[in-house]
Amino acid sequence: MEKGKEPVYAIECKGITKTFGSVVANDHIDLNVKQGEILALLGENGSGKTTLMNMLSGIYHPDEGSIFVKGEEALINSPTDATSFGIGMIHQHFKLVEVFTAAQNIVLGTKEKLESPKVMKEKIDAICNKFGLEVDSDKKVYDMSVSEKQTVEILKVLYRGARILILDEPTAVLTPQETEKLFAILRKMKEQGNAVIIITHKLNEVLEISDRVTILRKGQSIETVVTAECDVNSLTELMVGRAVSLEIDRPEVEKKEAILKCVDLTIDSSDGTRGIEDVSFEIRTGEILGIAGVAGSGQKELCEGIAGLLKVKQGAILYNKENIVGKTPLEIISLGISMSFVPEDRLGMGLVASMGMTDNMLLKSYKKGKGPFIRRKPAKKLASELIKKLSIVTPGIETPVRLMSGGNVQKVLLGREIESSPNVLITAYPVRGLDINSSYMIYNLLNEQKKKNVAVIYVGEDLDVLLELCDNIMVLCHGKITGIVNAKKATKEELGILMTGGSTKGVTKVE
Amino acid sequence: MSNIATKTGKNEPLIRTIKRAELPKNRVIMLRLAALLLALIAGAIFILCIGNNPFAVYTTMVKGAFRSKLAFQGTVKLMIPLLITSLGLTLAFRMKFWNIGAEGQIIMGAVFASYFAIFHGDMPHWLLITVMMIAGMIGGGLTGLLPAYFKAKYNTNETLFTLMLNYIALNFVVFLREGPWADPTSPGYKKFALFPAEARLDKVFGIHAGWIIAIIVLIVVFIYTKFTKQCYEIDVVGESKATASYAGMNVKRIILRTMFLSGAICGLVGMIEVSGNAGTMTEGITRGVGFTAIIVAWLANLKPMSIFVIAALFSIMEKGSSVVESTFGVSEACADVLQGIILFFVIGCEFFIRYKFAVRKKGGKA
Amino acid sequence: MDFGMIIAFIAASITSGTPILFGTLGEIVTEKVGHLNLGVEGMMAIGAFAGFMAGYTTDSFLIAILVAFAAGALAALIYGILTITFMANQNVTGLTLTIFGVGLANFCGHFARKTLEVESLKLPEKITDQMRAINIPGLSDIPVIGPLLFSYNPFVYLGIITAILLAFYFNRTKRGLNVRAIGENPAAADAAGIKVTKWKYINVCLGGGICGIGGAFTIMIINKGVWISDCVNGLGWISVALVIFASWNPKKAIFGSFIFGALRQLKYYVPSSIGIPGAIYDMLPYIITTIVLIMASVRNSKKNAQPASCGVNYFREER
Repeated sequence: MEKGKEPVYAIECKGITKTFGSVVANDHIDLNVKQGEILALLGENGSGKTTLMNMLSGIYHPDEGSIFVKGEEALINSPTDATSFGIGMIHQHFKLVEVFTAAQNIVLGTKEKLESPKVMKEKIDAICNKFGLEVDSDKKVYDMSVSEKQTVEILKVLYRGARILILDEPTAVLTPQETEKLFAILRKMKEQGNAVIIITHKLNEVLEISDRVTILRKGQSIETVVTAECDVNSLTELMVGRAVSLEIDRPEVEKKEAILKCVDLTIDSSDGTRGIEDVSFEIRTGEILGIAGVAGSGQKELCEGIAGLLKVKQGAILYNKENIVGKTPLEIISLGISMSFVPEDRLGMGLVASMGMTDNMLLKSYKKGKGPFIRRKPAKKLASELIKKLSIVTPGIETPVRLMSGGNVQKVLLGREIESSPNVLITAYPVRGLDINSSYMIYNLLNEQKKKNVAVIYVGEDLDVLLELCDNIMVLCHGKITGIVNAKKATKEELGILMTGGSTKGVTKVE
Repeated sequence: MSNIATKTGKNEPLIRTIKRAELPKNRVIMLRLAALLLALIAGAIFILCIGNNPFAVYTTMVKGAFRSKLAFQGTVKLMIPLLITSLGLTLAFRMKFWNIGAEGQIIMGAVFASYFAIFHGDMPHWLLITVMMIAGMIGGGLTGLLPAYFKAKYNTNETLFTLMLNYIALNFVVFLREGPWADPTSPGYKKFALFPAEARLDKVFGIHAGWIIAIIVLIVVFIYTKFTKQCYEIDVVGESKATASYAGMNVKRIILRTMFLSGAICGLVGMIEVSGNAGTMTEGITRGVGFTAIIVAWLANLKPMSIFVIAALFSIMEKGSSVVESTFGVSEACADVLQGIILFFVIGCEFFIRYKFAVRKKGGKA
Repeated sequence: MDFGMIIAFIAASITSGTPILFGTLGEIVTEKVGHLNLGVEGMMAIGAFAGFMAGYTTDSFLIAILVAFAAGALAALIYGILTITFMANQNVTGLTLTIFGVGLANFCGHFARKTLEVESLKLPEKITDQMRAINIPGLSDIPVIGPLLFSYNPFVYLGIITAILLAFYFNRTKRGLNVRAIGENPAAADAAGIKVTKWKYINVCLGGGICGIGGAFTIMIINKGVWISDCVNGLGWISVALVIFASWNPKKAIFGSFIFGALRQLKYYVPSSIGIPGAIYDMLPYIITTIVLIMASVRNSKKNAQPASCGVNYFREER
């Protein structure tokens, strides 16, 4: 080996392969990162990023290949091993014990004896000061906001003395401002000589924070490039495998009529806290209204309120001038208001995971027809039509949808909603977890609906997409509207300010 | 390269669990049969240990359940409550409502039915039987409704709630027997009065008519689970309450309705047992059927026709064991032990349908 | 009721609650790692028989307890293998363990009687002496305090010590924190480097062992050392109920077991002239538990609740 000539990497993977059943998640992947460097791991969903990182942190075992830490081959068989090699992972879905305090979560599983809360607090504060973090170590996790939870996750790793940090999609749940804060912390870690690997599919974040980028595609490591030499287009091409136009259509529809109007709407969320407060807006046919905001700003409550799933505390929802507050979800569905909500686990609502496509087609229409018996024939026909129309890939029409891939699941969900030919279509996070191709397919579907004079509400996360796809964007912050802007004129920075409830002066407001 | 792979494999655990692709149906059936065979072998070892010939015991057991008309009738009599209760539980379990309160629901069904037998025994036979059936179903249904109400309203843990109700119901029967419902004509030990002939289920082909009811319930539940809108609702609620209300379903009503049905079917068992089998009310009216039925329903994957088969197997085993007891002089608890051993194997085998063990690849030092 | 009777009643309640205390502690230990074991009744039965036979053959109370513990742990091991490694449904496995355990104890009792060719199995004097209520000269004779604190059989003290040790284990030690984390969120515990499978096995078996001692109590104290079938007689199920009543807290379990013991003793102390039927007393523990269960869910607090992962098996590579 010519070890002497090569720089010694903090971590180096050679030929890592991992298969799940018949699926090859990682196919001879090579990757390396130096101390004092931030490496971005870029790839679409399903390209094997998380699988690879789970092997570095000892959750999975590689079938083939080897990992070197500081030039020495490392056998990482458990999270404990990973810790002893100084590797720490911050998972996308936080792995925290809800009923424990921050401090208890941080010291969990470490070797030393349990100390008094005071001593723990001192130790934690010391780390906080070093990296510019803030946390209340006696606070229970169930009382924490998303970004507080993330801080605890980061502290957990630092407390164990990690020198190599892996962050899995850390910005997905943060506001632009919180993201900035996180990046500042990461840069501090880098300055202190730590190696950082950040997994993401957001290109501009890659460009902003990383020194080098390793691109994964379909389980293979395609290339590693120096960030300074790339731009959005070249990264996309590497990620998708061919040149992609990143333009999203925004067709213009002539005849627009107001169809749904919310007046001073106040809705509490299911846990009793205030969901949205005094929200008033209007949506017209042939229009896509985007809803932006940090996760948990009231998007869910607003959608569920309109769909009749949550009780409206105050205000009115006027649908064609008729107040639909107090109607049952079933009555609202029959009016032609359709909602497809894609929650974090994708199958929680909207689809029944263990049922096949046929039975899922029936979900909202099973009551049709007289008598106690269910009619499956039309549903079956509809399912096979959808498979053809949206080129859905599934082993069979009766295969449980949980066995289908994310993109196909979302097509099933959205396809069913569109087939019910709604007048108002509410979609929340319809492209979450999808690759670029599938995402564009969904955008096209929404645009088609718009052209058919459907009023579309699009709750999204990616501000770039919102700005390109929607006609107007409504921004929510802590359950209140901080602004409704014209998407053609607004900028991302303006949205970011609105999302944190900042001043809205100078922002192009609608009407 | 191979050298590196070897090194990686060294510290990896020898055996670890991985998920497998869904197995085809015939492989699943093979797997279950294999588990049953292993269980029988394990049972045989147990029988050998206590000094008996396993082949003789097994054949006696099977023969014992069918050796005479009377024995066969006994087997069917054991099967009736087990089959119906399992069918009732199926509805609740499909909704992922862990109703382990069938015992209590059977008891309360029996109590409600007994009320009319004991205090209104002078009604015409058919009217009385009909009233008792309805009463039994209402009794069981209400007992099922109680935990369902709290589940729907406050998300109260139904496993523990229904479990408690079993014991409350049982002690309620003792209370009735020792007090208000004690047979005044019986001196000394307090017991319930024997039912008048009007309150007894008729016999059809030598077995009380419960078997006809059982077949009717089987068919109805089969159709209900396979073709009705209501059962579609149950399945959706079982999968996710959020999805159900999203689809416009009234989740609370579905929970209440399903648990009433589930309890009512169990309550019907109580009526059949007091009226057809015992001819009176007793505390031991359930003979533990409420618990066994949970295992039957679960083993049958909540499919009505499979429940029929498995309930039959359980009943044959139970009846056969009593013959084994008298022939070989072993305790009747032997049946429970054998049942336990077989169940452990069958429960364990379910694992291999969804997962498999991966043994570390060769090359690493063993 | 005069004062002496109140003292006697309290003392009787504490003794009567002890087998439930063991069952409850065992189930708490099990549920803390996220496993609901409905096999308490079965584990107690197996512990009862094993402890009884050990005492019968060795004349040693200590060995009897140890064997009862080991047997309960072994029974729990079956449950553990099926639910931890084989990820089987916890309800079904637990119920099966109850059927199996009670059956096995009854069967073995019958078998032992037949093989030893005796009419009834009875523990020899030597060992019954060891498990009689203690009598510390001086202390036990003090009025009120004597009978209240120094008049019990060794099981009672063992149960209380076990509860206190467990409370310390769960609340004051790192290991206990780790174990609680497993029951709340096994994935988090796993990521924190805690050996989830190992500690699940240890706790499930430990819990079974503690239940086994409770079983030994039923045969040695309640039935005065004479073997009978079905000696546990539902105490295992009351224990499962008491876990809820004690809100998964070993210290509260001490208190709860004495209340349940009192409820079981009440009917012997309340004058029958009051006219409350005995069945009502027997029903009380269950009714109270149900009310506690409902109230806990109405309050819907995250504290004092069942460990969050209870009933759900953990598979690391689940995605």
